[in-house]
Amino acid sequence: MTDSDSTTISIKDVHYIAGLSKIAVTDEEAAKLQAELDAILGYVRQLDSLDTAGIEPTYQVSGLSNVDRDDVIIDYGVSQEALLQNAPRTQDDQIKVPKVL
Amino acid sequence: MTKTISEILTDLEAGRTTAVQLVEAALERLDAVQEEYHVALSTARDRALQRARSIDEDRAAGKQLGRLAGVPFIAKDNFLTFGTTTTAAAKILENFTAPYQATAVERLEAEGAIMIAKANLDAFAHGSSTENSYFGPTKNAVDSTRVPGGSSGGSATAVALDIVPFALGSDTGGSIRQPASLSGVIGIKPTYGLVSRYGVIAMASSTDTIGAFAHTADDIALVMDVMAGKDDRDSTTLPEPSHALMTSMGKPAGSLKIGIVKEYITDAVQPEVREAVLRRAEQLRALGHTVEEISIPSVDLALAIYYIVVPAEISSNLSRYDGIKYGLSVEQAKSLDEVYGLSRDQGFMAENKRRILIGAYVLSSGYYDAYYRKAQTARTILIGEFNKAFADYDILLGPVSPTTAFKLGENTDDPLKMYLADIMTVAVSLAGLPAISVPSGVDGQGLPIGVQLIGKQKSDGQLLAVTKQLEEAA
Repeated sequence: MTDSDSTTISIKDVHYIAGLSKIAVTDEEAAKLQAELDAILGYVRQLDSLDTAGIEPTYQVSGLSNVDRDDVIIDYGVSQEALLQNAPRTQDDQIKVPKVL
Repeated sequence: MTKTISEILTDLEAGRTTAVQLVEAALERLDAVQEEYHVALSTARDRALQRARSIDEDRAAGKQLGRLAGVPFIAKDNFLTFGTTTTAAAKILENFTAPYQATAVERLEAEGAIMIAKANLDAFAHGSSTENSYFGPTKNAVDSTRVPGGSSGGSATAVALDIVPFALGSDTGGSIRQPASLSGVIGIKPTYGLVSRYGVIAMASSTDTIGAFAHTADDIALVMDVMAGKDDRDSTTLPEPSHALMTSMGKPAGSLKIGIVKEYITDAVQPEVREAVLRRAEQLRALGHTVEEISIPSVDLALAIYYIVVPAEISSNLSRYDGIKYGLSVEQAKSLDEVYGLSRDQGFMAENKRRILIGAYVLSSGYYDAYYRKAQTARTILIGEFNKAFADYDILLGPVSPTTAFKLGENTDDPLKMYLADIMTVAVSLAGLPAISVPSGVDGQGLPIGVQLIGKQKSDGQLLAVTKQLEEAA
């Protein structure tokens, strides 16, 4: 990965994160994405100058914590059949995928 | 102008119209404008008419009816609903049929409201113009060469064109307020957690909210009151009885302290938009409120924080679209990895991919602290400044959008330029605050201007009360 000041993200980085994200990008797409993502990352890097020493991050804003419920099965009336109807490939009430091994 | 919800209900009670007539008339109005404006992605005609007939029969039989019995509405197509597909305006969900409905829709249906169609949006709600829809853009109700705003552009246009008295949207960073502003209707983004997101396609879970568009504050209050409240299927919903949050609407607002956010009325804002804010400030003073300028310096950093935090959450939420369980699955894929990779490449729009990749980048090992943690820490500072402001002020005031509606295609070549359309709405989202876009006149070209009222968490009712005062003062 690059440490250059002028470019935040390289084409190699784009391919790497596309791989992590399971998106098959072509070389042509990667080149376009590199320029776009670099501009966006360049913009958000204005936070670099903000002094955040000693400040804790905020991940959620509802003020709620540890929302739990009784450990019981609740029937929301959604059938297996209805759920499987959207699956691209099924067999014997199961979702089918290409051979893995 | 279409009638308000209470006028429609009065007509129904008096026998001057029926639910079937209302649904048919709304569908006719939609048909008449669909070609020019591209408001809807599909209709739920059969189910809507069936529900309307059933409500008319119940009424004739003297049965107890719900608070919205017979009132038609349109939902953004990222709400899971029966009666038609739910696509999120994305190719990857083009043929998706929801196996259950969103809680918000279920609650509206329980009170007799009738969903007639699904509104267009930027795919997965990623955008500020509705131009990122796989099915093509929606046009602005006032000028069809311009964008309606986004991402809830179809919903805003549906209300602006008087197809239905109210429409549902989602607002993650401005997706209700900005199209409301650009289209000249009221739009509310409620307090985070007021309305269940169960059954609404997730974008960024720490800022996603469900809200509505309508022409009057009373209509918004009624619809929000029906949708709001704790839902066991969304553990982020607030435990308070929602009624308590919304009924403050009925109380007189009293004399409030209102702060104009200085950072939002700079020279970077279209002069007519700035003038509209100052005009509203004068009206609020005339209503007995105190209005002063205040500073919230970190709102200038909000967009940078937002475009780290939100893509991070998007990259996580959109990982479920894998070509396996539902949605597009590329036939020629030979391996499991190709099913994922090709289905996601072909099924997502360019903007979806940009956000997923930005999110994966800022969360990746080596960059997490510099981007993601940094942004969430900056978020703490921003929230602290809002809290400080709300120690002295009841409501904050500013524009919704720095400009009125822009031309179709004007910002599509430059993602960052499009992001800047949200510069005045994202801070509110990061802090979980409620905010309303109040229609406040037009610019020199006749394009609508919205003014933003921002409240502290759980003050939604008070914001609506002030919106109503402004409505009457206008």
